[in-house]
Amino acid sequence: MSPRFDGPGIVVVGASLAGLRTCTALRRLGYDGRLTVIGDEPHPPYDRPPLSKEFLAGRADGADLSLPGAGLGITWQLGRRATGLDLTARTVEIDDGALFPFGGLVIATGSAARPWPAPAPPAGVHTLRGLDDARSLRAALRRDGRLLVIGAGFIGSEVTATARGAGVEVTLVEPEPQPLRRAVGAAAGEFLAALHRRAGVDLRTSTKVLSLDRVREHTGARLSDGTDVTATAAVVALGSAPSTDWLTGSGLDTTEGVLCDRHARALLRDGTPATDVVAAGDVARWPHPWADTPGITLGHWSHATEQAEIAARSLLFPETPADYRPVPSFWSDQYDVKLRSVGFPALADSVDVRENDPDTRRLDVAYYRHGRLIGALTGNRVARIAAYRSRLATDLEGEAGATAAAGR
Amino acid sequence: MRIHVDMDLCQSHGQCAFAAPEVFSFDGDDNLVHAETAGESLRDALERAAAACPVRAIRIDGPAHEAATGEPVA
Ligand SMILES: Cc1cc2nc3c(=O)[nH]c(=O)nc-3n(C[C@H](O)[C@H](O)[C@H](O)COP(=O)(O)OP(=O)(O)OC[C@H]3O[C@@H](n4cnc5c(N)ncnc54)[C@H](O)[C@@H]3O)c2cc1C
Ligand code: SF4
Repeated sequence: MSPRFDGPGIVVVGASLAGLRTCTALRRLGYDGRLTVIGDEPHPPYDRPPLSKEFLAGRADGADLSLPGAGLGITWQLGRRATGLDLTARTVEIDDGALFPFGGLVIATGSAARPWPAPAPPAGVHTLRGLDDARSLRAALRRDGRLLVIGAGFIGSEVTATARGAGVEVTLVEPEPQPLRRAVGAAAGEFLAALHRRAGVDLRTSTKVLSLDRVREHTGARLSDGTDVTATAAVVALGSAPSTDWLTGSGLDTTEGVLCDRHARALLRDGTPATDVVAAGDVARWPHPWADTPGITLGHWSHATEQAEIAARSLLFPETPADYRPVPSFWSDQYDVKLRSVGFPALADSVDVRENDPDTRRLDVAYYRHGRLIGALTGNRVARIAAYRSRLATDLEGEAGATAAAGR
Repeated sequence: MRIHVDMDLCQSHGQCAFAAPEVFSFDGDDNLVHAETAGESLRDALERAAAACPVRAIRIDGPAHEAATGEPVA
C-alpha cells in the first residue's frame, strides 16, 4: 500500500513514546514499506514517567522501562541527532553530515528540560528528562545529604516526594505561592503543599533561587527570602521546552512547538500543511476546540500515544484524515497520593473544591469555565475521575456533532 | 474474549475505564474491577484500553487477537 512512500519510505525523528506509537499505528494500518527511526539517545525507546518515581527510588531499573518495539520492521538509527530538515530535497540531516531521504516524515522529538538561565550552573546541578539524567541524579542522592529542588512543577514535586520517601532531606523552592498553582490552581496547590510539609519537606513558596555556586562537594543557593541553602545535590525543574532547534530554517512554523492542524499535519509558516509531514507528542502545538489560542502543547503520556495514532492515519490516508480532539488526561504520583486529571484545569475561571483533605489524602476538584465543566483533578479518587472524564467526552462529542451539523 | 489484568502492575491509572467503561471500573478504594469476559462487539474498545494502559497490565485473549499480543520487548 501507499505507493507514495515507495523508495525511502517513512522516517521518524525521535525514538521515544510518540515516535514508537506512530510506528505501531502505521504498521497496524497496513503500511509495509521502509520505516526508519532516528533518535539522539543511545537507548532503545523507554518510558519516562517512572524516571522521577520508581526508577529514582531504586524500585525499577532501565530494563523495566523499555517500550515494546520489536517486530515492527524498524531500521533504528540510535545515537544520531537530526540537525536539519530540507522540505524541498525531502531529506533529514544528521549531526555527522549524513542525509536521510524520506517520503513521509514524522516529527516526534519531544521536549527538553529548561536549563538554569545563564550563566550555566556549577557542576553537580542536575536536570531530569532522560534515563542518563535519572541515573546520575539517583547516584547523587544521599540519605545523609540534602537535595535542593528548584521548581515545584510536576517533575520537581515528584522528585521531592521520591527523595523524601528514600529518607533524603529536601528543600523545595517555588516562586508561586503554591506548588503547581498555574496548572491546578490555589486550592489543589495548597493540598499538594500540605503533602510536602507533612512529609517533612522544607518547602519555600513565593521564593526564588537567586544564584547557585559550588563549594567543594556542595551546592550553595542564595534565596530571595534572604537565606542560604547548602545541598549535596540540586535539581533544576523549571519545566520543558519543545525540541525544535533542528527545524530552524525548514519553513515549518516552530514557535513554541511544531504548529499542526487538527489532523496532526505540520504547518508551514503560511499556514498550509507541508506535504506528508506529521508531528506528535510533546513537540507538537495543535488546536483544541476548548482552547482559545491557535495551538497548545501538552507534556502528557496519553497525549503522545493518542496523537501518534492520528498522525499515522493522516500520513497514510490524507484524503480522509482523522480529527484529534482528545479529553486530555495525566497522572502524577506523589507520596501515597495518586493524582489524576482530565480536561484543562489550567483554563478554568472558577473551581468547585468538593473534597480537600490532606489527612485522608483525598482530593476532588472540578474546574469550570464560563459555568461549564472544563476539567477535574482528584487525589486517590480514581472512580470519580472516570466519571468526570465521561462527562467531558460527552460534551466534546456533542460539540463536534453540532459543528458538523452547522456545516463548519 | 477473555480479559486479564496483571494486578501487580496495575496502578489505577484509569485509562482503561476511559476507553472501555463497560468493562473497567473502580471500587471505593480505587481498586480496579473488571469483567472477565466480553463480547466481540467490545474488541475495539478493549484494544484501545490495552494500548492506553501506561503499565501494559491488560491482556486480551481471543481468536482474532493472537497475532497482536505477546510482542517481545525491544
Ligand atoms: C521525569 C518525567 C516524568 C514524567 N511523568 C509523567 C507522568 O507521571 N504522567 C504523564 O502523563 N506524563 C509524564 N511525563 C511526560 C511524558 O513522559 C512525555 O509526555 C512523553 O515522554 C512524551 O513523549 P514524546 O515521544 O513526545 O517525547 P520524548 O519522550 O521527549 O521523546 C523525544 C525523543 O526525541 C529525541 N530527540 C530530541 N531531539 C532530537 C533530534 N534533533 N534528533 C534525534 N532525536 C531527538 C529525544 O532525545 C527523545 O529521545 C514525564 C516526563 C518526565 C521527563
Ligand atoms: S489503565 Fe492499566 S494501570 Fe490503569 S487502571 Fe487500567 S489496568 Fe490499571
